[in-house]
Amino acid sequence: MSGRRVAWIGAALALGLAAAPGCGGGDDGGPAETCTVAGGAPGFDAAGPLCTKLSSYQLFDDIAAQAPADGVVPYDLNTPLFSDYATKYRFLYVPDGQTMAWDDVESFDLPVGAILVKTFAFLADRREPDGARDLIETRLMIHRADGWEPAAYLYDPDDQDATLAIAGATVDVAWIHDDGSPRTDAYGVPNKNQCKNCHEEHDDVVGPLGPKARHLNRPGPDGSGIDDQLAHLIDLGVLAGAPADPTTWPRAAVFDDPSTGTVEARARAWLDINCSHCHNPRGAARTSGLDLSLGQTDPYEYGVCKAPVAAGTGSGDRPYGIVPGDPDQSILVYRIESTDPAVRMPELGRNLVHEEGVAVIREWISSMSGGCATVAPPAR
Amino acid sequence: MTSFPGVSMSLRLPRVPSRLSRRLSARLVRPIAVAGVSLAGLTLAACGGDDVDPCAGVTGTCVPITAGASQTEIQTALIDVQPGSTIAFAAGTFSFTSDLSLDVDGVTIQGAGMDDTILSFAGQTSGGQGILVTADDFTIQDIGLEDSPGDLLKIEGADGVTIRRVRAEWTGGPMSSNGSYGLYPVQCSNVLIEGSKAIGASDAGIYVGQSDNIIIRDSVAESNVAGIEIENSTDADVHDNEAYHNTGGILVFNLPGLQVHNGARTRVFDNHSYDNDTENFAPAGNIVGKVPTGTGIAILAAHEVEIFGNTIENHASVNLGIISYSTTGLDFSDALYDPDPDTLYIHDNTFTGTSANPTGELGALLILAMSELQSPFMAVPDIAWDGVVPADKADPADPTKLMDALQICIQNNGDADFANLHWPNTEDPIASTDASDHDCTHDPLPEVVLE
Repeated sequence: MSGRRVAWIGAALALGLAAAPGCGGGDDGGPAETCTVAGGAPGFDAAGPLCTKLSSYQLFDDIAAQAPADGVVPYDLNTPLFSDYATKYRFLYVPDGQTMAWDDVESFDLPVGAILVKTFAFLADRREPDGARDLIETRLMIHRADGWEPAAYLYDPDDQDATLAIAGATVDVAWIHDDGSPRTDAYGVPNKNQCKNCHEEHDDVVGPLGPKARHLNRPGPDGSGIDDQLAHLIDLGVLAGAPADPTTWPRAAVFDDPSTGTVEARARAWLDINCSHCHNPRGAARTSGLDLSLGQTDPYEYGVCKAPVAAGTGSGDRPYGIVPGDPDQSILVYRIESTDPAVRMPELGRNLVHEEGVAVIREWISSMSGGCATVAPPAR
Repeated sequence: MTSFPGVSMSLRLPRVPSRLSRRLSARLVRPIAVAGVSLAGLTLAACGGDDVDPCAGVTGTCVPITAGASQTEIQTALIDVQPGSTIAFAAGTFSFTSDLSLDVDGVTIQGAGMDDTILSFAGQTSGGQGILVTADDFTIQDIGLEDSPGDLLKIEGADGVTIRRVRAEWTGGPMSSNGSYGLYPVQCSNVLIEGSKAIGASDAGIYVGQSDNIIIRDSVAESNVAGIEIENSTDADVHDNEAYHNTGGILVFNLPGLQVHNGARTRVFDNHSYDNDTENFAPAGNIVGKVPTGTGIAILAAHEVEIFGNTIENHASVNLGIISYSTTGLDFSDALYDPDPDTLYIHDNTFTGTSANPTGELGALLILAMSELQSPFMAVPDIAWDGVVPADKADPADPTKLMDALQICIQNNGDADFANLHWPNTEDPIASTDASDHDCTHDPLPEVVLE
């Protein structure tokens, strides 16, 4: 396990505040939490509060190894959200006998009782994906009868369990990058409101982001032996309602794999997963008028020759969101290349620049032709 | 300004919560605050004898935030607060390294006074704003917000916003590295901003965008690029405010490419907009970056605006400028957007001072147009309109004139003078100071009543 240092933790306070009634067993190794489902199965007590310990959900046979319990299915996305070079392990749990419903565009409709699980880890050396790693946090999305509840669990130093961190945390991490250089980050574990800021994709309602047909239409995670993830979920009886002809299933490109799409398709897939949870007509960034959803086909709406509205210092002295052919005059590039909190996009979830993602966006904008009107008052 | 050295706490807390925070958490669940005897003892050391319970006098559930409370404790309180409660900060400075957010309806955040309780975001390293509120029926009062890298207070999608006696300030003075907006409700309804102050924003100090039913009154905007700005909003009253040492004092704008395509009905009255003389320090690319240094009131593509009873004085570029979005030269592709201002009623204002030094691209345009009348250029009249008249708004008998119902009416403004630049006509009429077409009235706009 590589070294890390937890700079500050809200978990202890959260114990006293958020999990007060009904979840009394969390202190000092007392009896099992009442939020745990009896009989050892994955899940949570529908009426109870969030568990204080990740282990209480019984999602893993071995937490440190990230070995899921029966009924907890690992999955992967074509192009993932960038999170400061964290490596992610994703799982979904759908209660036995229930299914999630297909949707062509939006997230699949998961039943009450479902849990989405995402563990964030840092590899000691990114060139060795099976080498040493440090688990930082596992985020859960829990589907209750009255909606989805997000929660982040911060790993204990031995990675054997993780503890609820309502107020988030900052964790200093270090690793060897793909190019062999040493890197560090003050990695941010989100607080509960920050979870909601991203997961309120539409109309201020918290929901899942990843489990969409276009993101899941791919092989399973490395080593899973799953060739077709969607077909696998259908075979398991977890996914229902998919169109019969798999060739009609939508598929987003893999941003760094040219065999999966044109540079435009890969750039739009990267913007879709990194930006469109806010930048869509019903999302938090609707006020900007900029829509970076993959389904948006009007170039003005996704930023081409679109003047900023409330970008402030985020404009970087550039005139438009995207200036065809000129990434260095495009505000979009300025913001994804910045680490200044007033400038950088996305606002949450990264401190570092996703160099490989930026390269694809630059290549895409450079490939466009046409330019925009020069900004000057029309002459007499 | 009162300051409390030592109150501000580093964020890097030990793993185990301090005795103070344990006591704080115990108090947080209490329904009604009682003077905190045990806390007062702790507070004493930090606050030099000020042992006032921050919840004293609050009706209903109140969560006290005492001096020395950490960012984690405060953010946790904002997550766990029950609807309808008050979160009351003691006097002192509270420092943050990331943004605060609130998503619970009916909450009041209050301090001990805009110069006594200070939330400082000077050390902020993450988050696009100091405070983000996404809940209805929100009130914030008697508190100072300072020095965030991005916006200071952003409130999005809320019905019911009250900002009362709040100071939003970048304390280093006007700098392009300051955050964009001080007080920033967007896509909100029923917004009241009163008795507040905004200082140093690199865009707008007080900015209400894409909202409806808005009152901004008895407030001060100083040393911002735009002092007070109403943008793509409907039914706004801006009155009894002071705007000075901004680049532009009061702006009413409509911009393209937004979900709310065209705002309408803004009353700007009984304000004092004067000495707006700070060189424009907005980052380029922003629409306010186009405001000429020394602008009293600016109307951009706005409709149904009544401007009356204001005193507008001492502006180097123009006291009251009215322009079409097309005159900015910016591209847009928004079929539902109307770029040309109309139906303005400007009456009973007092204008003074001489506008002899217009700046920026639009200032250059003013000089160019006025030079057609003055040789050499001497000054811009008090009220200047670019004169853009689209065909569908033109008087059937005269394509250079707005039809009567949409006219820019100007009456009873003392000795105020006027220019129509007739931009960008290349043939007659070119610039003119004849205001006779504008000697008309519109029905007064209704008073805004908050729901």
